[in-house]
Formats: sequence, C-alpha cells, structure tokens
Amino acid sequence: MDLVIARPEGLYCPPGDFYIDPWRPVERAVITHAHGDHARWGMGHYLAAADSAGVLRSRIAADMPLQTLAYGERLEHHGVTLSFHPAGHVLGSAQVRLEYRGEVWVASGDYKVEPDGTCVPFEPVRCHTFITESTFGLPIYRWQPQAEIFTEVNDWWRANAAAGRPSVLFCYAFGKAQRILHGLDESIGQIVAHGSVEPLNRVYREAGIRIPETLYAGDLKKNDPRLRQAIVLAPPSAGGSTWMRRFGDYSDAFASGWMMLRGTRRRRGVDRGFVLSDHADWPGLLWAIEQTGAERVMVTHGSVAVLVRYLREQKGLDAQGFETEYGEEDDSAAEPT
Amino acid sequence: MKAFADLYARLDATTSSNAKLAAMQFYFQQVPAADAAWAVYFLAGGRPRQLVPSRLLRETAMQAAALPEWLFEESYQAVGDLAETISLLLPESPHSSDEGLAAWMQDKLLPLRGLPPEALAERLPRLWAQLDRRSLMVCIKLITGAFRVGVSKLLVTRALASVGGLDPKRVAQRLVGYTDLSHRPSAEGYRALIAAESTDEHAQRGGQPYPFFLAHPLQLPLEEFDAQLGAPADWLVEWKWDGIRAQLVKRDGQLWVWSRGEELVTERFPELQALAARLPDGCVIDGEIVVWKGAPEALTERAPVDTATAGSEALKRFAVQPFALLQQRIGRKTLTAKVLEQAPVALLAYDLLEWRGEDWRQHPQQQRRAQLEALVAETTAGDLLDGLPAGPEVLMLSPRLEARDWADLARQREASRELGVEGMMLKARDGQYGVGRTKDVGTWWKWKVDPYSVDAVLIYAQRGHGRRASLYTDFTFAVWEGAPGDPERKLVPFAKAYSGLTDEEMRKVDAIVRKTTVEKFGPVRSVTPSLVFELGFEGIAASSRHKSGIAVRFPRMLRWRHDKPVDDADTLESLRELLG
Repeated sequence: MDLVIARPEGLYCPPGDFYIDPWRPVERAVITHAHGDHARWGMGHYLAAADSAGVLRSRIAADMPLQTLAYGERLEHHGVTLSFHPAGHVLGSAQVRLEYRGEVWVASGDYKVEPDGTCVPFEPVRCHTFITESTFGLPIYRWQPQAEIFTEVNDWWRANAAAGRPSVLFCYAFGKAQRILHGLDESIGQIVAHGSVEPLNRVYREAGIRIPETLYAGDLKKNDPRLRQAIVLAPPSAGGSTWMRRFGDYSDAFASGWMMLRGTRRRRGVDRGFVLSDHADWPGLLWAIEQTGAERVMVTHGSVAVLVRYLREQKGLDAQGFETEYGEEDDSAAEPT
Repeated sequence: MKAFADLYARLDATTSSNAKLAAMQFYFQQVPAADAAWAVYFLAGGRPRQLVPSRLLRETAMQAAALPEWLFEESYQAVGDLAETISLLLPESPHSSDEGLAAWMQDKLLPLRGLPPEALAERLPRLWAQLDRRSLMVCIKLITGAFRVGVSKLLVTRALASVGGLDPKRVAQRLVGYTDLSHRPSAEGYRALIAAESTDEHAQRGGQPYPFFLAHPLQLPLEEFDAQLGAPADWLVEWKWDGIRAQLVKRDGQLWVWSRGEELVTERFPELQALAARLPDGCVIDGEIVVWKGAPEALTERAPVDTATAGSEALKRFAVQPFALLQQRIGRKTLTAKVLEQAPVALLAYDLLEWRGEDWRQHPQQQRRAQLEALVAETTAGDLLDGLPAGPEVLMLSPRLEARDWADLARQREASRELGVEGMMLKARDGQYGVGRTKDVGTWWKWKVDPYSVDAVLIYAQRGHGRRASLYTDFTFAVWEGAPGDPERKLVPFAKAYSGLTDEEMRKVDAIVRKTTVEKFGPVRSVTPSLVFELGFEGIAASSRHKSGIAVRFPRMLRWRHDKPVDDADTLESLRELLG
C-alpha cells in the first residue's frame, strides 16, 4: 500500500493519518524543516526534528504545539513507525522515514548532499520508495565545492573593502545566510546583518553553530565609517528598497543556485552572482536516489517531468510525479521552473 | 583564452560604462598585441562566419556529456544559449588554457572551418578539454559566431583611445573596416590603431573609408520647424533613399565600396567599377546604393532643382526600385548576369568626404555639396569626351529639394511613398561631417514619411490559414517595456500581423518558430525572442483593451530586420510617443 499520497491539503500518510509539510491547516503535521513553504501556521499538532525546534518556535510561535524527536529516534503512531534523519538542507532539516508492515518510505523534504558545517550532513536512508525534490533537476546544475565559492565571496568582499565600498550580499535569511556567515573571513571587515537575518543567527548560535559576530544594520547610520569595509547580508526583498540607501555606493551580489545561469544572473541585475545552493545539484539528486536503493521514486517540486523521465528511461526506476505546493520561500522562489 | 574569458566575465557582470572601460583597458594593456587585435575585432562587432555547423556542435556535445538528446534540449531550453548550455553540460576540465586569443583563433578555431564531420567530432572534444567552464563558453561563442557582449563600438573606441592617448574620433576613423570579414586582425593592425598621431594621418592609405555620419530622427510638428530649425534655406534638403548607405573610395587607381556596417562590399556591386576609370584619385563619395531602372535623366535634369513648383510629375520618373529587390540581390551568393540585369544598381551621391587626397569633412556641407555637384557633372561630361562606353548611369546626384517654406516641403514630402523614398533628409548647410550619431559639429535629420513604423520582436506564432495552413505565419509582436539593462525589462505584446513576407521568408520564419518554441498553448506557440521585424501601421490609438495600452491599425511586416538584435527593438515608450 502507498504510505504517502498527494491530497489537496498536502502529502498524506493514510495508515498513520497525518500529513507531511501540509500547506493547509490539518490536525497532525510532520515537518521536514522550518522554511515557510514546508512549515506553515495553523496546524493542530506539529512533530519535527529536535534541531529545528528553535527556528520553528521563532518563526511560527514560541508556544506552538510542537513535539520533537532526535535524529534516529523512533515513534510509533497507528502502527506506523516514524523517525527523522538528517537532510543537510538547513539547521534541523530532516527526511521522514515511515515504516508500516515491512514497507519503508522516505520523504526527503528539501535536501543537499554536500556537508556545510551549519547542520548535520545528509544521511542516505534505505527504503522501498523515496520521495525526492527536484528543484535543480537538470544536468546543467552542478555545484562547485562550497570552499571554492567562499573563496570567491571573500575575494569579492576583500576587493570591495580595499576600494572602501560596502559589499551587499543578498541571500535567503534562514539557512543560506548562516551558511555564508559560517564561511566568511572575519579578518576582512565588519559583518552586518539585516533585521530578518539577525534572529536566525541567534538561533544558530544557541544551537552551537559557529556564527561570527554580526552588527545589526539598524544600529548603523549612513556614512558610518565601519560600513566601508563591511559585508552586509540581506534578504533579496531588501534590494531596491529605501533600506539600501544607507550603504551609499556599494557593490552587490546574489547567492543562489540559480546564479548558475548567465540569464538569471543578468536579470537579477547585481554585480556578482555566487552559485551557492541549499539544494542538491543534478549529480547530488542522482546520488541520493541511488543510495536509498529505492525502486520507486516520487518526484516533487522542481523539474518533475525531466527527473521522472530520466529515472524511468536511464535508471529503470518506477518514477512518478507528485503535485505539491512547495518551493515558495528559499531558493526555489528565485525563478519559476 | 583565460584572459579573454576573464574580460568577457567582467564586461558581462556590469552595466557601468566606466567598469567596462576599465576592464577593456586592463586587458589591452596586459595581453600581447596579437590578442588585443582579435579582442578588438570581436568587441567591435566582428563576426567570422560560423566555423562548425550547430547541428554538429550539439551532437558532439551530447556525446561528450553522455546525455540523451531530449535532456540536452530540455537543458538548452532552460539556459537559452547554445554555447552556455554546452559549457554547463560538458564534464568540467581540470585544465585552463593560458594560450592567448590570437593563438586560439589562428591555430585552433579557424582551421576547423570546412573540416569533415568525423574530423570535427574528434577534434572538438580535445579542444574543449583544454578549457575551464568560462573559457569554454566564450570559445563556443567564437565558434558559432554568436559572440556578443554588452559593449558598444563607441566604448571600444574610447578604451583604445585612452590606451593610446588619442582622440576617440581618430580611433574611430582607424577602426573603420576593422571588423570586415576580409580583414584578419594582426598585431601590426592593432599597433596601428593605437599608434601616436602622425602628421599625414589625414592622408588615408589604401581603401580605408571614413566613419559614417548618421542622422537623427526628426519628430516635430510642422508648426515648430521654424522655431527649432530656422528657415529651410539653412538646410540642404534631399530625399531619404531606401537603399544601402555606402562610401565609394577611389585612391591609387582603385575603387572600394564600403557599406554602413563597415563591410567591404566592392565585389557585390561590379557595376560601380565603371567609375574607377572616371573618378579622380583621392576622392571619397558618400551616398546610397539603390536598384535603378530606367532613364537617369529623371534625376540629372532635376539637379539642381530651382523651382519650388517642380511637381511630382517629374518626380514620377524616378526609377528607384523597392528595397526588397536590392535585398534579394544582396542575399545572392553569386551575381549572375540575370541578377545584374534584373536589379542593376546605381549610387545616388550626396556628400564628398575627400577631394584631391584631402580630408574634406571639416568643410561646410554646402561647400562639399558644390564640389560634389561639379565632380558628378565632370564625371558625366568626361563620359562623352573620352568616349567611354555609354551604359546605365551608375553615379547620379541625389537631388536637392527646395521650397519657399517648411509647409511647401511637407507637401512635397507627401509624394514620398509614391516615389519609393522614406521621406526627407535635412542637413545643416554650414555643418561639418561628424562621426557616427553625433550633433556636435553638424546635424543631419531624417524626416521620415511614415512615423508609424517600429521594430518589434516576434513572441508568439500561430499556424496560418488556406495555403499557409501548415506554416506558422500569424504572429504576435512585442516591444520592450523598461530600459536596456533594467532587470525588470520585458516584452509587451502590442500587435498581430501576418502579411508582408515573401513565401520564402515565410518558410524560413516557420522553421525558426518550430526550432525556438518554448511552449505550446493549443495552436499557439511562444518562441524564444530572436526575430525582429519592422512593423508598419496606419494609425495608433490608446486602448484599454490591450495589455500594451495601445492599438494599431493595419499592422503589417515591412521587412525582416536580420541586422537588428532583439535587445535593440523598439520600446513601449517610443510607441507611446507616437500617440502624441
């Protein structure tokens, strides 16, 4: 029997009678991670990995009805054994493993296979059926190691600082920003964070992740001399707003997997595009799918048709698409696919 | 290749002219002259013919990337650029060739032309393996002939001028003809571009033409002409011919013909060679090549025209043929006797840039014109005296038009369509001959008869009806909303059109529509914008029913602008200006 089916409210587990990352209010929600398109407001009861509790409580509500499990810890509900396993996407992100009468399904939510130092790395979980995302499901997407990207970011920052010009780096406030902070070379200058980034930095620090000291942008006046050597982390929505005026003549950049393409980079209209994604690239998707040993693969948000056809024709797997409403907050929102 | 790829990346990454200038200066100063020579060639718009057929490029890339064709196509559709797609799909190379652009062009890429498919399939992957991803993309763009990066020729000129410590106008002059297909960039050629100014610089060598002086569109209500332009007597007024702008260069007993695109087109127009014997050395004429049939007297009799009343009766004897005929001729690979007979050309001369080996561009327009008239008269007279063979006249004056006042000229102008001209040209009598589209030393206005004409981009196509049933021939056209470089810039549809193309053009467009389809909605396909057409229409009005806010009357395709990149198509703003 199918342990997960697509329903108008979200992905649903019939024997367990609960939803995974539902997009409409339901009684029981199992949450893979705290990005807004996966963890929404209004559920009767939330179950999530312990590492995501901090972000969930800061984003949804401090007193939300949240129950957590450590990675690997098992819980039985209506005969379904449920456990969370690291997805390597952001702090607290998890794959959900479901076992019922000897049948194992894994819903991976969003995942990334390269370890990044700010969350527990992705762990393949053996299963019969694997539910995978496909945000970057085209062979044109192949990431460089993140160390190379951080060298590029630091070089860009250093060159701007030498010219006495602030560096404004647009990136998503939760996950990407902390990952970049983790990789910045603090010796170059001051690190400044936008108001939407700052609270998440606190949660990461409390979870024991090394995040360098940051100044809150709101505390700095225009022409503050510290800005001239500073790097500023801001969400993409801050671009073009009056908030930007305080930085005077600055250089800007955008960090996202979509920066892989020249056209996207140019449409963004920023000086630099850094190819840094919290999602698996094409080889990463194929590797993860293979590692699960699954013969059946359900493909969600992204290049569904392409990945389904490729898995069927080239890998001989029983692959099919799942309609979902994910992909509205993080990387996936940058460009419609 | 790496240094050139870095330059490309820097130019591509910024919209600031200063940053682009700095990047080019840096490159020109860093690399050997031979590399700089090739870089100038490409940056200034030089396009060698495609070295490897696209089909073969795709197949070789698919094989090297070990991908099925459908996945390659899906990728291509996401990327929208063949060179970039291939560079993203091939296995990343650990190598990064430090060999310069010149060595790559001369030793590796140019020799690819004409190789048999098997040889290419074997050689291409070996070349690719020497390049990092960025260099690879640039390399493939050089192979496909689709290299384009956001710098204008003017900007390249400025960069070179600053490297050589020269006046940009001087560099512009030296650059003329640099991107012509027949020209092979070389270290010496590059050094000559930035060499210190010499005293006899004005004495042009060889067949070098001058940079063309370009006109500005005149969009004024007639009532304002007097206030803005002064009396008609201050202007030299001519018809605006719909042909090919050209310079005839006669030096050292030889005649060269250059088109406005700074392409050497001497061989395209063998008729004009008759002038080599008749024109004196050290003489450069600016004019328009048109297809001309019939008696030349219609024109020569009318030059100069001294009565304002010379009505359109005389004008009807003009024998200028439609531009389409000229375009067909240009499209021919070989000029057969039949073509020459069906579409004979002539040059309608309107300016004299060099006379007796002297640069005349700083002389006032009227003085140049007077000398030009004398020259043409002499050339024609010499015809009889020397007993040169009579034949179709190939050099004629573009006649001066005179009138009591602007209103009178406007009336004369109404005959434009009938005469096959685009309207009138107004040239300041005292003006010098400038460089490019400038107004600092003199002004040329083009006062076009049909203001309702825009260059629009084809974005949707639908199958036609009747005999065009199987072809995509009904198109939706769009113009740009937003300034170039604006990230929000988008194409806004404003008109549908399905007439104006020849059958052959229709078939070509149909093939392109099928190849560039992005999505299908029932019978309609959206396409990757790549085709620009000049659309003509009879009326324009504001409309709340249309997305663009504009409705046009009787839109039709006037011509296919092969020469116009999509980015240069017109804007919604320019359409709104037509609303008045």
